[in-house]
Amino acid sequence: MLEAATLLAGALIALGPIALLFGGRAQTALYALTALLAAGLAGLALAALATAATARLTLPIGLPWLGAHLRLDPLSAFFALLLGLGGCAASLSAIGYFRHSPEPRRTLPFLPAFLGAMLAVILADDAFSFLMSWEIMSLLSWALVLADHRAEAARRAGFVYLTMAAFGTLALLLAFGLLAGPQGAYTFDAIRATPRGPLSVALVLALMLLGAGSKAGLAPLHVWLPMAHPAAPSPVSALMSGVMTKVALYAFLRVVFDLLGPTPWWTAAALIPLGAGTAVLGILLATVETDIKRLLACSTIENIGVIFAALGLALAFRADAMPAAAALALSAALFHAFNHMAMKSLLFLGAGATVGATGTRALDRLGGLIHRMPVTAALMLVGALAIAALPPLNGFASEWLVFQAVLLSPALPQASLQLLVPAAGGLLALAAALAAAAFVRLYGVAFLGRPRSPEAAAAREADRPTLVAMSLLAALCIAAGLLPGLFLDTLAPVARQLLQARLPAQAAQPWLTLTPVAAARSTYNGLLFALFIALSAGLAAVAVHRLASRALRRAPAWDCGFPQDLPNSQYGAGSFAQPLRRVLGTTLLSARETVAMPPPGDLSPARHTVQASDPAWAALYAPLAGAVEAASRKANRFQFLTIRRYLSLVFALLVLLLLGLALWS
Amino acid sequence: MTHLPLDFAHLLAGSLVLLSFLMIYQDRLSALLDVFAAHAVALSASVAWQAHLQQAPHLYLTALIALLFKALIIPMALSRIVQRLRIHREVETVVGTAPTMLAGIGLAALSILLMMRLTAGADPLAREDLAFALTVVLLGLLMMVTRRNAVSQVVGFMSLENGLILAAAGAKGMPLVVEISVAFSILIAFIVIGVFLFRIRERFDTVDVGALDEVRGERG
Repeated sequence: MLEAATLLAGALIALGPIALLFGGRAQTALYALTALLAAGLAGLALAALATAATARLTLPIGLPWLGAHLRLDPLSAFFALLLGLGGCAASLSAIGYFRHSPEPRRTLPFLPAFLGAMLAVILADDAFSFLMSWEIMSLLSWALVLADHRAEAARRAGFVYLTMAAFGTLALLLAFGLLAGPQGAYTFDAIRATPRGPLSVALVLALMLLGAGSKAGLAPLHVWLPMAHPAAPSPVSALMSGVMTKVALYAFLRVVFDLLGPTPWWTAAALIPLGAGTAVLGILLATVETDIKRLLACSTIENIGVIFAALGLALAFRADAMPAAAALALSAALFHAFNHMAMKSLLFLGAGATVGATGTRALDRLGGLIHRMPVTAALMLVGALAIAALPPLNGFASEWLVFQAVLLSPALPQASLQLLVPAAGGLLALAAALAAAAFVRLYGVAFLGRPRSPEAAAAREADRPTLVAMSLLAALCIAAGLLPGLFLDTLAPVARQLLQARLPAQAAQPWLTLTPVAAARSTYNGLLFALFIALSAGLAAVAVHRLASRALRRAPAWDCGFPQDLPNSQYGAGSFAQPLRRVLGTTLLSARETVAMPPPGDLSPARHTVQASDPAWAALYAPLAGAVEAASRKANRFQFLTIRRYLSLVFALLVLLLLGLALWS
Repeated sequence: MTHLPLDFAHLLAGSLVLLSFLMIYQDRLSALLDVFAAHAVALSASVAWQAHLQQAPHLYLTALIALLFKALIIPMALSRIVQRLRIHREVETVVGTAPTMLAGIGLAALSILLMMRLTAGADPLAREDLAFALTVVLLGLLMMVTRRNAVSQVVGFMSLENGLILAAAGAKGMPLVVEISVAFSILIAFIVIGVFLFRIRERFDTVDVGALDEVRGERG
């Protein structure tokens, strides 16, 4: 099975150069082939998860004394499943999205190779092949971000992304250097066997948070994400947000839960507030964002925060020898990662369809799309409901599991964790509520109401491949929401591999009920919820239709005090966000509103401007950029020395090194 | 009696270091070239003695090359240049002689300290030779750094290379090809630098490299 997965990775990577040979022709066939390979990968991964076996393979490529070690175990199989499903949907949608692309060669070779590189990261079983694949993945995604290289914003996003990716890889490199130790044990098996002290554990954890966290979008390393994910073409945005952040998550899981060995409890105390803070910050950014794709990228930050908080809980339970609780937290994190892959890919593909139909990403230029794009609107509704964590969809199921893990925290022996976890739980609940607000706003402004621009009024339904891809993802969302037990049982081998524990078998529960701890404690039945919602909604509809008066009356509509019914007088993206922006954004995002009122007699319009900024820029990145610039200004002097002075510098350094050698040896 | 060959090798290598110090002390170009010629003679003698000790006939060839090129051809060519450029009286140190000498003593102490420690298990003959060779290299560098005139920088460079040859001769089994190629590349460097000297002179009426910096718009 590993052999087949390796072949798939090779085939996907090879598709890139092959696409170059075709020179941009045969796009449909190549994207379809990519989708087919990704679907094959998903099937393969599912089979590997079912058998829960571990397969190894060593290829004679890479470093001559090391080779490329590959391995397929339940953890990598689970993430390969995510990659296969997300990749399949994105490639399907790419068939339609790029059909009329003026420069097919800017995306066609990179997309399948990007999928292949991510698969290589997941399969790698030694530090060298892991880092190589990681860097190739980063570079290919960078090339995809720059697909629209003529846009200034995309170039800027590409630069910021490349900087962050290089920084992340550096952190990973150092982490693996620490893990390998002085013997240079680069295979993961050798790393597992190496014993390590608490200082080394803390350093590796910090470096992994920097390296994998910057790729996943953990605050304060998230700033590139709202720039780079939306700059790419929408199928690629779906891949980056839905799948690549999960590959980063895989790297974190692999190192911290698998390679690092036992971790002390305070690692959890570091991780949980980070995750909860990221969740709140990300979703707060999303609630004030007026660009539809940036909004989705900000919501990715929130979900990554939720997942990391759940992982922190799993670390805490594992350190305190509570395997069942740890398995619950880990399963919740993995299930949420899966759900986020499905719903965020769905939403990005839908956003791509609306952007393609209207030519604008500004929410304030959309509106009323439900009449123009009914299928897209229906599918987007599924995605929005799912990500807003409303039952009976999958987002609710996984966030409910996270809260079940939070509720187990009083059993933890450390007083600080007992205080910390409920507080973090409060933040997560706030984030979930804000997510609902953000997606009500997105859906209400973009799809309901009346069109706010002629482009929105003339929008047309999305192309068929994208609709097929979105339907697949929506079906996945609904299935995972109605039958969460089935999905949890499927990922049970992962928890067993990492924690030697698992959730109670959900298939054994009566009536397809989800029972994470014990039936006496809490249960959730998605089907029952769906039934109840359908029943009550149906009854309400019947009641309205039957009991309401059938007499037809015509009367002027209530006009909210606006005699003119201009589309712009509707609630817009800015007005919807105003309450939250004022309450939370004033301090957290330093949001400011200014009203420029022209003096009496002046005919120019009054202006209301809103400014909000990500606090990470002002607190961290601006000083950092300033320091780098000051240092390079100082170093600039060395550009203009005389030959003799250069020689003197070299000479002085040589003498210094010799002195060091004399003193040290 | 058994120590005599070793002592003689040390004497020759030590005289090389002494001549390096002498070079640093000279502030007239013509005197500097004379000392450089003596430096090359001492090197040649030292390499020849090593050839005798190691019974390595190819080292005689190295010694001969050093004698021919470094002790005769290059100093003669350089002094012709100096005569033609009429700079044989020029004094051109950047740092005063006394601090330079002190720095040189420090460098010699450093290299001896270092080499004695690093090569504790090695052949005693090679050991001290290496220490002397490193001293010569460092003194050559010091000379290049503290002089302003292009000719004396060339001389510093050549004396540095002498130190390298001394180290190579001390190490047993260094193939001849390496030495010949090193000697040849030094010759090429000498030719190139000689040509450049005239070009600089044509342009700026001086071989003070500070003039080059003035052209670049900076202070020397």
